Amino acid sequence: MNPNQPQPASMPELLTVSPSPHARRGVTTSRLMIDVLIALAPAAVWGVAAFGPRAALVLLLSVASALLAEFLAEKLLRRPVTLRDGSAAVTGLLLGMNLSADVPLYIPVVGAVFAIAVVKQLFGGIGRNVMNPALAARVFLMLAWTGGMTRFSAPFAYLSSGVDAVASATPLASLKGGMLPDASLADLFLGRCAGCIGEVSVLLLLAGGVYLLVRRVISWQIPVSFLGTVALLTFVFPQGGADRLSFMAASLCSGGLVLGAVFMATDYVTSPVTGAGRLIYGCGCGLLVVFIRYFGGYPEGVSFAILIMNALVWYLDMLTRPRVYGKTRGRRGDRKGGGQA
Amino acid sequence: MNRYLRQLKEGILDQNPTLVQLLGMCPTLATTTSLENAFGMGMAATAVLICSNVFISLLRKFIPRQVRIAAYIVIVSGFVTAVELLMRAYLYPLYQALGLFIPLIVVNCIILARAEAFASKNKVLPSAMDGLSMGLGFTFALCILGTVRELLGSGSLLGYRVLPESYPDMVVFLLPPGAFLTLGFVIAAVQKLRGMSEERRRRRSAAPADTAAGATAPVAADGAHSAGEADGAGRKED
Repeated sequence: MNPNQPQPASMPELLTVSPSPHARRGVTTSRLMIDVLIALAPAAVWGVAAFGPRAALVLLLSVASALLAEFLAEKLLRRPVTLRDGSAAVTGLLLGMNLSADVPLYIPVVGAVFAIAVVKQLFGGIGRNVMNPALAARVFLMLAWTGGMTRFSAPFAYLSSGVDAVASATPLASLKGGMLPDASLADLFLGRCAGCIGEVSVLLLLAGGVYLLVRRVISWQIPVSFLGTVALLTFVFPQGGADRLSFMAASLCSGGLVLGAVFMATDYVTSPVTGAGRLIYGCGCGLLVVFIRYFGGYPEGVSFAILIMNALVWYLDMLTRPRVYGKTRGRRGDRKGGGQA
Repeated sequence: MNRYLRQLKEGILDQNPTLVQLLGMCPTLATTTSLENAFGMGMAATAVLICSNVFISLLRKFIPRQVRIAAYIVIVSGFVTAVELLMRAYLYPLYQALGLFIPLIVVNCIILARAEAFASKNKVLPSAMDGLSMGLGFTFALCILGTVRELLGSGSLLGYRVLPESYPDMVVFLLPPGAFLTLGFVIAAVQKLRGMSEERRRRRSAAPADTAAGATAPVAADGAHSAGEADGAGRKED
């Protein structure tokens, strides 16, 4: 608005004209984001417990840089500052949880700035980003500093003094070699294995997911179809002569799969809005994860899979558009109905 | 003379074939991993562009309209072959680094676009000048990209380490995603600069107008300016 322009002579504001919906639940962005933060907290706390103070530092740097980047980017672009909605904090925390505790400390900072400034703000800010900012930043970091991003130390290694940062193979690296990981299934499920800070504890991530489901922050379609597809494919096509069931279980419990399926793929902005669309989207993610894990160059494919499916969200929404009341489905109906855009 | 200078400015800035017309994206993205490669590619294309523009302009009255594209391709590929052989003889390392992208200059759309849009309609000297200015514009754009990518991706310029050893090279800028990112940012910056200079020009021309209009003119310009900015931002990383 231009303050120099004379306002039209005081018009009485009697009616508020707005498009539907008129009845709203009291759901705000900040409430949703706080719920996501609550759901992420147990897994993050476990990550800090398992990988030591260094993990806490990585998480802290990531969140702080995300908030700072959001503030600066919005100031520079002359947009209203939206720090209070918590979305930048969620992005920062998700990014931090997707990093190993042993990354050089510039990695969370650069990643958070890339996520917020480039992937989110340059595309128009909250609600307008095409890809999940935290994941896009993770992939950017992965391509930029592959060496720094793929150093993992064993859990609780920081407790045994004297030895610093015992490098440890992640369960995924073993799976990539066609072997079952050294860690037992219980270790994988509870999070006693090497990996990124927030991805190791499947139990706590699932608990967070159940919380989000109960609070109706996320719907079941994406996590279920995502994990289901991976489960099905790894059960039908186990690798390296392993026992089907244990291979499937190990595949489901290792890497960032659960974190991705519950917290990343379900991001509102970058996932389809229709139920059927969400099912297809989840299946696509699962399919791509298995393909990348089996045939790709990287041991983990969750980030790439979700980003690729993010790019298809618009198409999935178009494909699964529900029938407009009073019209027949399909092209002809649309034309009759006066060209639905 | 003035006219040729204007042509030069058009080619390098206002009508930059890469950054404004968005032509020739393939070599732009693929060969700018280092400043040296970018400059070599730009120069090779410039040489071909000048020669092909001159020849096409000379032959413009003889080439039948129906087969003109084929004729242009024949002329262009003749010069590309010459350039390729010369580079092989005298600049072998660069020839190896650029590889397939030298023969691909044949189908570079900047060259075909200038042949079609300019050389086939103009006299020899302006066509040569057009080839030179467009070629320099292409080289200029490639060099910007090459500088940014080499600096961020390997911490060096022209092969010499510029940034301190402690700088961790961001390998992503040497990979295709980095090429797209850099191109997006450079184009956005160029759009922003163009918008600013446009606005300045408009303001200058609006200034002598009557004062009543002067009160609203900056407002209108501001509106247009922010729209241009949003457009530039939206185009980033398309």
